[in-house]
Amino acid sequence: MVLGNDASSSSLSNKNLSVLVVDDDPLIRMLHDNYLKHFGLKPLVVENGKEAVDLFQLGTSFDLILMDKEMPIMNGVEATKALRDMGATSMIVGVTSRGSPSEMQAFMEAGLDFCFEKPLTFDMIDFILKELNVNDDDDTNN
Amino acid sequence: MDLVQLQRQLVNYRTSLYHEGFLDEQFTQLQELQDENNPDFVVEVVSLFFEDSERLLNELSKALEQQIIDFKRMDARVHQLKGSSSSIGAQRVRQLCVIFRNYCEAQNVEGCLKCLQQVKHEYSIVKTKLESMFQLEQQILNAGGSIPV
Repeated sequence: MVLGNDASSSSLSNKNLSVLVVDDDPLIRMLHDNYLKHFGLKPLVVENGKEAVDLFQLGTSFDLILMDKEMPIMNGVEATKALRDMGATSMIVGVTSRGSPSEMQAFMEAGLDFCFEKPLTFDMIDFILKELNVNDDDDTNN
Repeated sequence: MDLVQLQRQLVNYRTSLYHEGFLDEQFTQLQELQDENNPDFVVEVVSLFFEDSERLLNELSKALEQQIIDFKRMDARVHQLKGSSSSIGAQRVRQLCVIFRNYCEAQNVEGCLKCLQQVKHEYSIVKTKLESMFQLEQQILNAGGSIPV
């Protein structure tokens, strides 16, 4: 059984992945939420880095976090550092609209696994999910 | 106009929007996200883009009317506009935002004013075009047809 038309990663294995979207722009939140749903995921969506950190402190953990860089209250760099300092082992993927190499580098150094320029595309999500499934246990998917 | 003609008209119209650079690949991605579970997705996202843009363009106009211009704040607004226009594939608006940001960084008032006018102009064109396209789609649906990909 395959969900949707274009989910090339196995949608069945994706159902168990927990995902958090962190972005202050409602348009981006809506877009990324829908992208992930298209791949069979049910993301949680928050508006800034502090909300992500608060969730983690409450004991919630995620397999994947999509982290925007520019956000009020606590930005993506600060939030990523904070999460790593607290021992988060989630895959954290930075999503930024500022593409300068030095800025992306600084964001990566905060503890990201990958960093992409906005907006996300199907290929990027496919890549991320494949990486996640590879890092998970060795059960064969499909 | 019959259904087939309407559908053909829509396809031609959409193709022209890509050819003329109003829309880019990202818009196609949006369409691919729309399905039976989410039949109004594109219209919803684009409506959000319209709201965001109008608010930002108003704020930018006000910012440029001030005695002392806050270029940093303006840059943040243009950055947001660049982000949302690129998310829906509004290519020309996005490209103008890149230029606009350069003028903000250079603190060039004349350049900013000129750019703002251009962005407003391009925004209103793409808004009209997208609304026309949605209207065509609605006509097709009302006639009992489906939207061609």
